[in-house]
Amino acid sequence: MLCDVCKCNDATVFLTQILEGKMQKVNLCDACSKEKGVQDPTGFALADLLLGIGAAEEIEKGAPTQRCPVCGFTQADFKKTGRLGCSACYVTFGEGLNTLLKAMHKGTEHVGKLPQRAHRAVELNDRDQIKQLEHELAS
Amino acid sequence: MSTAGEWLRGEGPHHQIVISSRVRFARNLRDRAFPGWAKKAERTAILDLIRPRVEELAEMEDSFSELLQDLSALEKQVLVERHLISREHAAKGVGSAVVMNRRQTLSIMINEEDHLRMQSIRSGLQLKQAFKLVDKVDSALESKLEFAYDQRLGYLTACPTNVGTGMRASAMLHLPGLVLSELINQVIQAVSKIGLAVRGLYGEGTEAMGNLFQISNQTTLGEKEDEIVSRLTKVIETIIGKEHDARQVLIQKKSNTLWDQIGRAYGVLTYAHAMSSKEALNLLSIIKLGVDLGTFPEDRRLPIDELFIDTQPAHLQKTSQQKLNAEERDHLRAQIIRERLKLFPKPDISKMAEESGNGATAGPSNNE
Repeated sequence: MLCDVCKCNDATVFLTQILEGKMQKVNLCDACSKEKGVQDPTGFALADLLLGIGAAEEIEKGAPTQRCPVCGFTQADFKKTGRLGCSACYVTFGEGLNTLLKAMHKGTEHVGKLPQRAHRAVELNDRDQIKQLEHELAS
Repeated sequence: MSTAGEWLRGEGPHHQIVISSRVRFARNLRDRAFPGWAKKAERTAILDLIRPRVEELAEMEDSFSELLQDLSALEKQVLVERHLISREHAAKGVGSAVVMNRRQTLSIMINEEDHLRMQSIRSGLQLKQAFKLVDKVDSALESKLEFAYDQRLGYLTACPTNVGTGMRASAMLHLPGLVLSELINQVIQAVSKIGLAVRGLYGEGTEAMGNLFQISNQTTLGEKEDEIVSRLTKVIETIIGKEHDARQVLIQKKSNTLWDQIGRAYGVLTYAHAMSSKEALNLLSIIKLGVDLGTFPEDRRLPIDELFIDTQPAHLQKTSQQKLNAEERDHLRAQIIRERLKLFPKPDISKMAEESGNGATAGPSNNE
């Protein structure tokens, strides 16, 4: 059996992860298992690895030849590393990423911490809206 | 850095079973290439921008701050074995740094996979406390640095598996009772069904060395940070209950097997002259269980906990102050263990009648 990552060496490390009742398997050669940090479970999640292998196809659907205008990253690079180039890549490859994120996470929208800046922006917005309403009511 | 950090002292809540709790946030600067994609010059520029902001944090007073290029391979490995940096970060050179506080409860990696990886590690079950500290540090840094954030997707990270909260909360659990009674796979499967991941800390699945397991949240988008932390804490409390139950059943129904395992572990550790890391972890785990069950006095707990870390390859070489090959390490490891166990009394089976029951109830509680 060939390694799922480099596709040239024989796989010697076989990983199985059961997540939400779904079984996922990855076969790796010795070199790739080391490179991917499989020996270090503290920094390793199978999902990350599966993502690197399967995700590029998802992204390809959305942007076959696209290049990130901010950092020059392409989908081919994503296929290689399973990582994105910069924060703007989330916009560039947005369409393909959305499918991926949906499959990967509990939800599709962030409901957690807001940066202070965003907080202020929201408050500002509210105030503007209130003013706008006051204005409309007064007129 | 000469002494081990606070989390290794094992004084936190439920410390018999929960070795440590850890929470990390991943953060990036807006519109700057992620570390894996940035050219060396940009990585260095980003590091120069972030590092002073991290060093001036109130929590980082009198901190240990080093460029990865200035650390030796051995020093990096020691930090990995103490869980203060990741293996991935240890492989980094120019353009990466680590800053940590004196107590070694807070460690910030700069230019790991993300521009910032901030983590707090505490002894025992203290996820909420670890979360609070990282959250505070994150808010302080946010006032000085512009983080990549999207209204819909939250904090943007190099790997889409971390997007949203950018938070990974995890705990390291010692579960010899569940392993010995062959219930561990059931627990792993049940936990994985609710979006949490369990894996052997060293090794895979049931072959986890030292009966050590790490449990963590798998997803980061669509759930609030405090909800993730509470959910994880509750699940861990349930597992603690299951582990105590399993131990109780072993004492009642398989006491001979248990006594045999503890006796053999004691015998081998006391007299062996060569020992691999794997064998040491597995036997130390049984001795640790012996302390929990009262067959060894309570004051022997710390020396055993320390051996888990001190017998790791880099810590051995740090002790001997020279590079050792595998065979030399195995000899030194056995020697250190023999010396530390010299003052260890023989296991006393009469004390094992009843488990102390410390934290045996599975009910949810706030460890505030």
